[in-house]
Formats: sequence, structure tokens, C-alpha cells
Amino acid sequence: MSEVIDRPLREDDKPAATRLRIVDCDVHPSLRSTDDLSEFLPKRWQQHLKEYGSHLRTPYLFTTPYPRSSPLIARRDAWPPTGGPPGSDLAFMQKQHLDPLDVEFGILQVLDLFIFSQQNLEFGAAIQRAINDWQLAFWSHRDPRLKASILVGQDGVDLAIAEIERCAKIGEYVQINVSPRANEPLGRRRYWPIYERAQELGLPLGIHVGGYGGHAPTGGGWPSYYVEEHQSNAHTIAAQLASLVIEGVPERFPKLKFVFIEGGFGWIPSAVWRMDQHFERFRSEVPHLKRKPSEYVREHFWFTTQPIDEPDEARHLRSLIEWVGIDRLLFSSDYPHWDFDDPRFAFKTPLTDAERKKIFSTNARAVYKF
Amino acid sequence: MARHIVASTSEIPRGGNKVVDVAGRDIVVFHVNGEFFALLNRCPHEGAPLEKAACVARLTSPEPGIYQRSRVGEMLRCPWHGWEFDMRNGQSWFDPKRVKIRSYPVAVERGEELQKGPYVAETFPVHVEDSYVIVEV
Repeated sequence: MSEVIDRPLREDDKPAATRLRIVDCDVHPSLRSTDDLSEFLPKRWQQHLKEYGSHLRTPYLFTTPYPRSSPLIARRDAWPPTGGPPGSDLAFMQKQHLDPLDVEFGILQVLDLFIFSQQNLEFGAAIQRAINDWQLAFWSHRDPRLKASILVGQDGVDLAIAEIERCAKIGEYVQINVSPRANEPLGRRRYWPIYERAQELGLPLGIHVGGYGGHAPTGGGWPSYYVEEHQSNAHTIAAQLASLVIEGVPERFPKLKFVFIEGGFGWIPSAVWRMDQHFERFRSEVPHLKRKPSEYVREHFWFTTQPIDEPDEARHLRSLIEWVGIDRLLFSSDYPHWDFDDPRFAFKTPLTDAERKKIFSTNARAVYKF
Repeated sequence: MARHIVASTSEIPRGGNKVVDVAGRDIVVFHVNGEFFALLNRCPHEGAPLEKAACVARLTSPEPGIYQRSRVGEMLRCPWHGWEFDMRNGQSWFDPKRVKIRSYPVAVERGEELQKGPYVAETFPVHVEDSYVIVEV
């Protein structure tokens, strides 16, 4: 069985004292029920949630996408014995994930209530605010390994800025999360006030795949199958990388950092090569860019590793990692979702101890300043 | 190879499974339509616990629009990434030559036979009127 696949040294083969503690940049906590939010959501919006619920740009009722591969897109072994959805029980998350995998820090990524896709921007902002408070009360304060993100919807820029200010005063959040499926591509100027504030605060921008905007998830329209749609995570992120770079966001905000989460990384070399090639040919169209796109990418962007690519030959994964850059990659597990990557087995190519340390720990520590 | 009594047949319901420790190995025994299968309780891909796997049917399609469902309950679908394995031999459906779960021979025997033979597990009380699942490791 396991000997048929070329795999790295198992962490648990090493003595505990030298074991690498990991930073997991994509852990999904879930609401046990929307009642969790009642202490954080004003009565007016609780009533709205009860009476109107989500107003999204998907066309029909019940077109929300579960199950996708498995109920709540979760690992079948991640349902807490105490009930509630996967990711909703801290004690079980500790026992199943944080403790055995020796997670030193886990960065929370909340997807509940279609948080970035609400068309009623005020309702969206109220939920984001409630969930930002819930992340601290239910997670970070109960387990200091778990770090919260400031969730904002960038289509309501003024509401987003107000929430960023509020959370920044609290001072416990490690990044600002915006959506890759907003009304316009991320590089558009209407969103720049958010980037300006993020730069001033020294907080990275986290962009996790997903969301239900009105655009088809692929440039070619709506996919028929989940397998087909799952590919679109990479396309979407690639389009957003191009938008941010070509519209000049890193040029305008030279200290800003972006972390793309759950988009994988196999597509990056070709995207960067093509951007550079076109930049050389069509420089006069984008004279606001002072440097090659690849240079902006190498200084401003990080990418989480999951879902990791699995080429037939391990050396191809190795080349891919080198092309993207060992310094650009941040380990993520996506716990408790079905396509979870186990840090002990996901990298089916040899890495040196120094490389493993960067991908599994120090890169993230540098980006998030742990 | 030694034979180990791991359960009475009534202990594992149809569609269910039991995890047993045999000679230091974490083995999961499935009951499918009256048959029993024993596999290492670990997906060869990233190590997911197979006791949480879904027991599914084989779905094939000779051409788009035509679907055939067969071998109901005999395919194991990994609880994490959905990789499919044949419960009868542990072979993966997508790459049967390279990727498989280690499987073990299973037998079902009457208690009266076991009491006569040399294979009675010391730690498992055997009653002559019951049937037992035996895994060979």
C-alpha cells in the first residue's frame, strides 16, 4: 500500500523534540447554528435573517451547492460526536486536528452564511461584524492557537472600512479577508480604499476561493459538474492575480501583502510567464507598471498549498514548487473539508528540512508576524 | 500467516464495519450483503481512516447519458478525497497496479468448528452456536 507512492519523511517518525510545528493557514470553523450569532447580531438583523435570509445572485432557491462530494463538503470523519456540523466543536477540532498534527497556529477562514456574497450590503456587513466577534469569542479566546481574520465585503467599501477600523482597534486579527467573487475584479480602483487601509495597518489581505457572485465561475460560463466547477477556483484566483498586478495595486501600495487561499499553486508559473511576456510587448498600455509582473508577484503575493497538485511523477511537483518559489508557499489543510491535505503526506516529493520549515512554518510566520 | 477471530458475525451489521487491532495492525472489517472484507484502516493516499469511508456502488457509463450501477456496497469511497477502492482486493479503481489498500483473507466459521481447531483466540469468548469472522494476518 503506502510504499507504492513516493512520500516524504513522516513527521511522526522523528523524535518529538525535533518535530516541526506547523502553521495551518486555512482552518474552517462553522457556526453550530445561527443562534451562535445572537449575542453579536443586532435584533433588527436577527429578524431579517429569520424572515428574509440570504439574498444572493444565484438564480433559484436551493441552488446552494451542498452536498459537493460530501455533505457540507466535509470529511466524513469530521462530524463531531456531540452533533452539529463539521468544524463547529472546538474540543473535537483540537482532538482531531490541532493536537495530533501539532498545529502551532491555525488561521480561521469562515464561510458560513455566504458571508461575502450577500447582495444586501448592510445585512452582509452586520453578519460580517457578528462573525468577526464570534471568531474571537468562540475560537481565538478559547484556543489562542486559532487566529481570526477581519471579514469584510468589499462592495460596500465604506462599511468595510468601518469594520476594519473597529477590528483593528481590538487588535487581535491577523488579516483582512475580501472575496474573489465580488462585483468587479479585485484590482479595480473602487476597492483601493480597503487596500490603502490594510497597508497602513500592516495587515495582509486574505482571499479565499468561493462565494456566489452573479458571474459564472469560469470565463466560459456555468459548469455542469462539480468536478468541472472545482477547476474554476484556480481560474478565478489567476484572474484576480492578473487584475491586482496589472491594475497596479502593488505598484500603488508597495507594502501590501496578499495571500491567496485554497486556489492551489500549479497554475502560477504559466500565469506569471504570460504576464511578463505580454508586459514586454504591450508595456505602453500599462505605463503605470514600473516593473515586470513577476516581480510584483514575488514580493507581494503568497499562496496556500491546498489542494496540492499530484502529478504522476514526484519530480514534477518538485519543479513546480521551485518555479513558484519555496518562499511563496504557505501550508494549509482546509480542515475539515473533503479535500483536506494532511501535512504529513500531502507533499509527495522530497523536501529538505529547511524547505519544509519554510512552507510549513516560517513563511506564514513572516507574513502574519507571529 | 496466523488466523485471528475478530468478531461474531452478528456484531457487524450489513453495511457496517468494525475496527480491530490484529498483531499491531489497525484493520477494518466490513460487512457487505452477507460477505466480510478486511482491509488496513488507512487510505494509501493521505492516510484517512477507512472506517469512515462510504460503501458505495460502482457507477459506470459506456457513453454519456447511459449509467449503470453495479456491485452495490462493494466499493469503498475514501472519507477525505473520495478515492474509490474495490473492497474485495483493495485495488484502487483509477490506478489498480500502483495504488491499493492492503487487504487480508477473511473467513466465516461456526463456533463448533473453531472449538475443535487450533485457531481459537484466547481473548475472544467463542460460543459453539455462533458464527465468527476470522482474519488472516
